[in-house]
This record gives sequence, structure tokens and C-alpha cells, in this order.
Amino acid sequence: MTVLEERKEVKVVEVFDTGEAPLTLSYGPQHPGTGHFRMIISLRGDTVVDAQPDPGFVHRGEEKMAEYKTWITNIPHLERPVILDSAGIQYPYVLAVEKLMGVEPPERAKYLRTIMAELQRITSHLYWFALYGIFLGHSTTFLWCFTDREYLVDLTSLIGGQRITHAYFVPGGVRNDAPKKVPPGLVREFNRYYRMVTGHDLNIGDNDFGRYVTAVCEFFDGRLDDYWDMLFNSEIFIHRTKNIGVLEREDAVRLGVVGTTLRASGVKYDNRVCNPYDAYPYLKFEVPVGERGDCYDRAIVGFKEMRESLKIIAQAVEMMPDGPVKLKQHPINLRVPAGEAVARTEAARGEMMYYIRSEGGDKPYRVKISPPSFRLLPAIPYLLRNAQIADIPPIYWSLNYWPVEADR
Amino acid sequence: MSEALQPLLDDLANRFGEAIKSKIVDRKIVKIEVGREKLKEVARYLREKQGWDHVKAVTGVDLSRTSKKEKMIEIIYHLGTYANEALWNADLAISYKLDAASPVTESLTSIWPSCEYHEREVFEMFGVRFEGHPNLSKLLLPEYWSDIPPLLKEYEPAGR
Repeated sequence: MTVLEERKEVKVVEVFDTGEAPLTLSYGPQHPGTGHFRMIISLRGDTVVDAQPDPGFVHRGEEKMAEYKTWITNIPHLERPVILDSAGIQYPYVLAVEKLMGVEPPERAKYLRTIMAELQRITSHLYWFALYGIFLGHSTTFLWCFTDREYLVDLTSLIGGQRITHAYFVPGGVRNDAPKKVPPGLVREFNRYYRMVTGHDLNIGDNDFGRYVTAVCEFFDGRLDDYWDMLFNSEIFIHRTKNIGVLEREDAVRLGVVGTTLRASGVKYDNRVCNPYDAYPYLKFEVPVGERGDCYDRAIVGFKEMRESLKIIAQAVEMMPDGPVKLKQHPINLRVPAGEAVARTEAARGEMMYYIRSEGGDKPYRVKISPPSFRLLPAIPYLLRNAQIADIPPIYWSLNYWPVEADR
Repeated sequence: MSEALQPLLDDLANRFGEAIKSKIVDRKIVKIEVGREKLKEVARYLREKQGWDHVKAVTGVDLSRTSKKEKMIEIIYHLGTYANEALWNADLAISYKLDAASPVTESLTSIWPSCEYHEREVFEMFGVRFEGHPNLSKLLLPEYWSDIPPLLKEYEPAGR
């Protein structure tokens, strides 16, 4: 008996209950529907009577590794668990180190971090919807999301120098400034797609960075309307997700879930607003919340978040002041004063928290990562109990659980 | 530190004065070290009277290589609240120390169900036994792991 079994009793019509023991199956880790993650599910007919998550297949010991690397060389490996949202996972690390050092990044760096974090939120959400869609048999979503994601990934690579895992944030700022001009090849490439979708050419004149980013944001804002018609308003999607996997508000709180899952259950908790950091206090945006807390609401909250992220990026590009982007070039053997610090941010999947302890050396004494996916774990057995086997993919994917992030 | 936190800290100090062993309150972290004998009582008070309704993380720290070289393991519960909006920007952590030679303590899953998986992680990474935990088994490590718990400072990764 786990504590999670306190769940309210749901009446199950046990048509197949022959009095025999339930059938126990391994759902994953090779199953394409879960990624590197296994659930041990017990079935009675089509009904899941028990589901126990078994994470750890991609555990790499990030926390142990962090104790052996210097403060700066920790950055590239700490972002490996979430390559889709690499800015999100290392953001609190950088903030916590800055807290320990008692420094604050320059204004321009704060905006650049915000732009990067929001771009990654959108690319991560697009990846999520791509897989969410394909596991519900909606392959158009998969193709659309990956096509659109490509242009946003190009944008992150323009700023950070890499498509993914760019190690862009450093204590005291960001690694490099955004370019002033966008390479004509990139504009040409985007324009080809732009013309295909809208029917006319993109006109940003002198390839200015700010104007290019604004144009891309405007284009994707319009594109999200198409997504609404194609996925969120489609019969297939609605039938498979509405009223499935309902997580009530009080259960969401009790299980301590985070991110879109929490907000879909009606808790308007978003670190960008309630515990603002860097440039977020200066920006205006909404925090979408759901009403029922079912699989559909979780998707809708994520969908609306992408729109808000586009708004944030457009504002940040507009408001970004000129100036330096980092305090100074830190030596590779940076020393951080002894102490303990906690920082939390809102990554794409929810609240990311770091606890860092320094003993004054060139390496951290202890780095604790509390990723959002790990905190979604209790929701998996809770929501799957008494669900139909066909509802496992919508429930699992609606949580936006990422095994690598949870395992670290 | 969040301003809404100060009255709660005062309240805690009034009620459990003798059980609070040390306190760090600054912009980096708010951490209260609680005596183990009063741990559950303090935790229940925090949960029921102050509204800290979930645990954000449970951290283990092996203190054997700090400047004091204590043969202790520190357990830190990072608390959070979703119900009380005034505390959404507040961080509060309660901690206690365990003798590294016999790391046995009590589980707080009956107070905060959200710490079930976090405690399991501390169990396998530091070898701390949480009594009263509903399912204290390996979580991230492979089933065949037979070495000492890997986040102890004593454990040296291969190739170092």
C-alpha cells in the first residue's frame, strides 16, 4: 500500500474479473510510447488496476558528476538531461551560483536569458505536442510541430550558437551577445516556409535581429490558430482526452505536481509571475489555467503558454537595452564563496529547483537538482489506476513527463 | 526573503523554541535545523497550521568533507505551498542531521505524500532508512547495484 492509494474509489465494472490474479505487464522501457521509462502495470481486462513507475533507465549521476567538475564546466553537462529545454534546466543553477557570489547580471543579459528560456519553452512544447499527437494517432501534429520547431531552433542557434545544449547561461550573464544582423541564408530559408504558409514574402528589409525575431513571433502566433483548428478542435483529440485522467485541484496540491499539470488543475502557480527572476518582472503576460484538470486541459494550458511565450519574446526584444552581456570573463577555476543557496525557475515542464552548497572551493560541494518531471512521478500511478489501457498514452503524454530529466 | 515568511518564522520560534537548533535566514536560503525528537511535530504544524502543503525536494548532504568534517548526513526538506498565495515566492527548508554510522530516521510521507519518491532517492543515494515509508526500494539505481550509496563522499566514481 502506498500513500497514493488513498485515491477516491472509482467504480469499475469488472467484466473480465474471473477471480484470477491481474495480468502484470511491463510498459516500456523499449516501448516507443514511454521513452526510456518503464511502468509496471497490472491489468484486469482493459482496466489498469495498478501502475508503478520504474524510472532510472537513463540515470547518469548528474549530481555526483557536479561535485567533480568546476563551477563553469558543470554548465554543459547539467543541461544534458533536457536537451529540448537546456536553458530551462541550467537556469536555476546559474541563479543559485549568482546568489552565492552576490552578483547580478547586466540588464541586457537578463533579457537575452528570458528570450532564450521562452524560445526553449516553445520548442519543448512543440516537441511535446508532436509526440502527444502521434501517440493518439494524429500524425499531422507530429509533422507540423517538427516543421515549425525547426525555425525556432534556428533562432536559438542564431543566439546561442547551437541548435540544442548551447551552454548559453553563465554565472554573471550569458556567454555571448545576440548578433546584430541575421544571416541572409537564414532569412531566405524562413521566407521559403513563410511564403508557403501565408502566400506572400517576408519583408524585414535590413535583416535586423530584432525585426527578424518579431516577424518570426508574429508568424507563429498566426500559425497557432492553425494548430487550434488542426489539433485542439479536432474530434479525434477531443474524444481521446476530454474527461480522461482528471486530476482534481486538491490532489494536484497533495501530490505536489508542477507545471502545466498543476495549472490545468486550476492552481495559478508560475514562478515567472509569483517568484519573478531576471527580466520577468518587467514583462506582461498571462498565466493560463485549466478548469477540469483532464488531459485536454493540460494540452490547452501548454498551447496557450506558447502564445504567451511569443508575447514575452516580442516584448523582450523590444525592451532589451544595449550594453554588456556578462560581468566579466570568469576564469575556468572560478571560486564561489562558501554557503548554501536555493533557486527555482519555471522551466518548460514546470518548476525547476536547485539546492547548491559551496565550501568555498573551485567545485560545488553538493548540487541537488529537483526537476519537474521527477515531481510528476506520483501523478502517474494516481491517474492510471482504474483507467482503460487505451487511455495510457493520452494520460502519460498529457503530463509532459520527460524520463531523462527525472532520472538525471 | 519573502516578507510573508517572517511572521511564520517567529511563530515557529515561539512554539518550538528549544527544538530549533540553528537558523539561516538570508536571501540565499531560509533553513531551519530542527531537533529530531520534535521533527514530526514541527512538520505536522507546518503542514496543518502554516499551510506548507507539498515538498519540493528532499536533499541529502554528506557532511564528512566539509570544513567541520562531521560524520553526519544532513537531510533537508524544501517545502512549498500552493494554497497560500502570499508564500509563493518564499522558500523554507527544514533540516536535521543524522549520524552517518546508523542513518535511520522517520519518514514524513504520512504528512507530505509528495515526498515519497524524494525520500526513496535519498534512501538509495545516501543509504538513509526512512521508517514508516510505504515503499522504500531502489528508484534510480539499477537493481543489481551492490556498491555503497553513490552520493556519499566516500564513493569514488570509477576512472578518477
